[in-house]
Amino acid sequence: MKAKKSPAERPSRSMLFVPGSNAAWLSTVQVYGADYVMFDLEDSVSVREKDTARLLVHEALKSPVWAGVPVVVRVNAINTPFFRDDLEAVVSAGVAIVRLPMVTDAQMIRHLDAELGVLEGKYGSVPGTTRILAAVESASGVVNAVAIATASPRMMGIALAAYDYAMDMHTTHDAAADESQLFFARCAILHAARVAKIHCYDVIYADVNDTEGFLREVAVIKKLGFDGKSLVNPRQIEPLHNAFAPTPEEVERAHRVVAAAAEAEKVGMGVVALDGKMIDAPIIAAAHRTIRLAQVSGVQVAGGVR
Amino acid sequence: MSGWQGRVPTDAVELAGLVPFAGPAPSTQADKDARRARKVVGSLTEAISRSGLGDGDTISFHHHFREGDLLILQVLAEVEALGIRGLTLASSSLNACHGDVVGYIERGVVSRIYTSGMRGTLAARISRGGLLPHPVQVHSHGGRAALMASGELRPKVAFLGVSACDEFGNANGTSGASRCGSLGYALVDAMFAETVVLVTEQVVAFPNTPAVIRQNRVDLIVVVERVGDPSRINVGATRTTTNPRDLLIARRATDVVEHGGFFVDGFSIQTGSGGAATAVTDYLGERMERRGVKAGWALGGITGSMVALHERGLVGRLLDVQSFDLVAASSLERNPGHTIVSASEYASPAAKAACVDELDVVILSALEIDLDYNVNVLTGSDGLMMGASGGHCDTAAGAKLVVVVAPLIRTRIPTIVERVTTLITPGSNVDVLVTDYGVCVNPRRPAVAERLAAAGIKVTTIEALFARALEICGRPRAVETTDEIVGVVRYRDGSVIDVVRAVAS
Repeated sequence: MKAKKSPAERPSRSMLFVPGSNAAWLSTVQVYGADYVMFDLEDSVSVREKDTARLLVHEALKSPVWAGVPVVVRVNAINTPFFRDDLEAVVSAGVAIVRLPMVTDAQMIRHLDAELGVLEGKYGSVPGTTRILAAVESASGVVNAVAIATASPRMMGIALAAYDYAMDMHTTHDAAADESQLFFARCAILHAARVAKIHCYDVIYADVNDTEGFLREVAVIKKLGFDGKSLVNPRQIEPLHNAFAPTPEEVERAHRVVAAAAEAEKVGMGVVALDGKMIDAPIIAAAHRTIRLAQVSGVQVAGGVR
Repeated sequence: MSGWQGRVPTDAVELAGLVPFAGPAPSTQADKDARRARKVVGSLTEAISRSGLGDGDTISFHHHFREGDLLILQVLAEVEALGIRGLTLASSSLNACHGDVVGYIERGVVSRIYTSGMRGTLAARISRGGLLPHPVQVHSHGGRAALMASGELRPKVAFLGVSACDEFGNANGTSGASRCGSLGYALVDAMFAETVVLVTEQVVAFPNTPAVIRQNRVDLIVVVERVGDPSRINVGATRTTTNPRDLLIARRATDVVEHGGFFVDGFSIQTGSGGAATAVTDYLGERMERRGVKAGWALGGITGSMVALHERGLVGRLLDVQSFDLVAASSLERNPGHTIVSASEYASPAAKAACVDELDVVILSALEIDLDYNVNVLTGSDGLMMGASGGHCDTAAGAKLVVVVAPLIRTRIPTIVERVTTLITPGSNVDVLVTDYGVCVNPRRPAVAERLAAAGIKVTTIEALFARALEICGRPRAVETTDEIVGVVRYRDGSVIDVVRAVAS
């Protein structure tokens, strides 16, 4: 049986979309350092190329290029004629995470969970190790976010997709102009993710050349508390990672928090103060998150890379 | 008897061997029409006839218009019409736009070629063998100047395309309509050719200063409709890029420049052509601002990005042997710190001083690099010539930190090979290789490796990168060649460093 590494230990700032029909990208795109790469069988693949893409992705997942890298594959939605074939092709090749689009309710996740179980049995994977990332793209999906996020132990994350959602809400999505129409949806899936203790990914930013607008949106979602964002071009990775990197001051303070907490534990105190402010468990947990993020971001603080 | 006569004691022993004054020559200066007629001729045909060009002679050209050159084919058409045959075509480089040269070779008009490189159908056709009676001599930019200085390459007639000149032949690349900017390569031809023909789009009022090609080197001037299309200068090798892979490589190369040991105030740099190499310039500007480091000067092919750094005060001076785009071409006119250097001053090992010898850092590209860091920038993985020697081996020999940038794999073919198909630059002159899969340092440069590692840059080995490439691509079959030598690669000192054999069909 094939064991898989838990995705939860990895940084998850960036999820790079790669069209499953693009053979060159499937073999080279890992060099850009995205936290996750997502091979797409859905929207970026025309109906004519669905079979080609499915075969290419199946082969890519098995190739040595992707050995040891947890790859996400976005299959076609449950109600499409492609769903079953997509799922079998990727599970038989040992996919780590299946991204299911157009999720409207928890029943869909339970259905996928069951299907995965069957296929894992058929292809000899450790049962329950194929994880699920749910993409919500409708009003129902947003309203049912908590139920969706908690529908299966396979759930590793929840993501928002803006265009279909905006249409469902009788509005349009124009990222460069205004984010207010996404505010409720973002908050809803974030709460669901935190309740379920899974990752939470924001929408794509389609205009690759508009770095300024992209960074403006990244600042908004980082402040809200998102873990990361779906990306459509490798050029967006570095700006995103830089934006998510803690400042050297934040890292330095996090180290002091952790040190103070360790000291307090040694002398048996539950609550400690640092610079006159009380430090409790949530602050210590946040400090550990900051340090982990600093490590993956390569942030330098006085005394070298921590 | 005029006042000047009878003054010189012609039999005085002190004047033995000197010629006495015989009266003023009839002045061409007095009559405006006569003055103009001295050099300006009505057609290319007339210029060729007056130049005395004959069978077996050498004609030379510059390639400042790169893919926009319109002159070589115009001249060859006139030469053929005059029945002249067996010429040596010596252009500082040849591009894809010169595909029709094949016909002139087949008809015997051209029988030898000296060039820095070739692309497109001409290159492919020659590489397959059986076309040229003598192999192409491939030289570097500095090496071309050295070959001219040595006398091996001595053009009978240089046809130098310029956008404008005055009636005496003062020309620069910054006046007129079709401006190519620097005329650095052409300056060598103007220096060494027996007859210099300026082919211009426009004759402007004297004096057309600041002149780059000077009147005292110019024999004839011809006006034609077009000499080149400057909008095609940055087609091909000198493109700027939005390709994420090139940008990734460029970012890593910039890290290497920043931490390689020469990133100090006053440093000098050349960034070469190729998507990744030119992108380094943009990244470098950010690093220089962040670190408060300014470059003293930049050399070589100058791009708009480099001009931007100069205008932001980050690069003190630009020494321009060829302008890689229109921004660079127009900068020559307005920026006093941006000046032209000839190919001889730029890179010739025969020159009394060459700028490359003062260079700190150079970023270079590669079609292939082998496990000993030898670089090929001439032949592709199919064995066909498709690139140019350019300033590669010149700058690599001179610069203190030589960084080669290349993707590990190009459409299923590894860039790293066991042995390069064609050797242009010896590996002992290459310090660092930057690929999309990682950075490695020539084992001959342990100090550079240590500095990069100390800065937190992951350094791998070229063997590991090679293994990775094979893992992805498999091992490519070797290209089959025949015994025919179609290209002779001349190192910058004129010695033969390699040959190119015809690809078997």
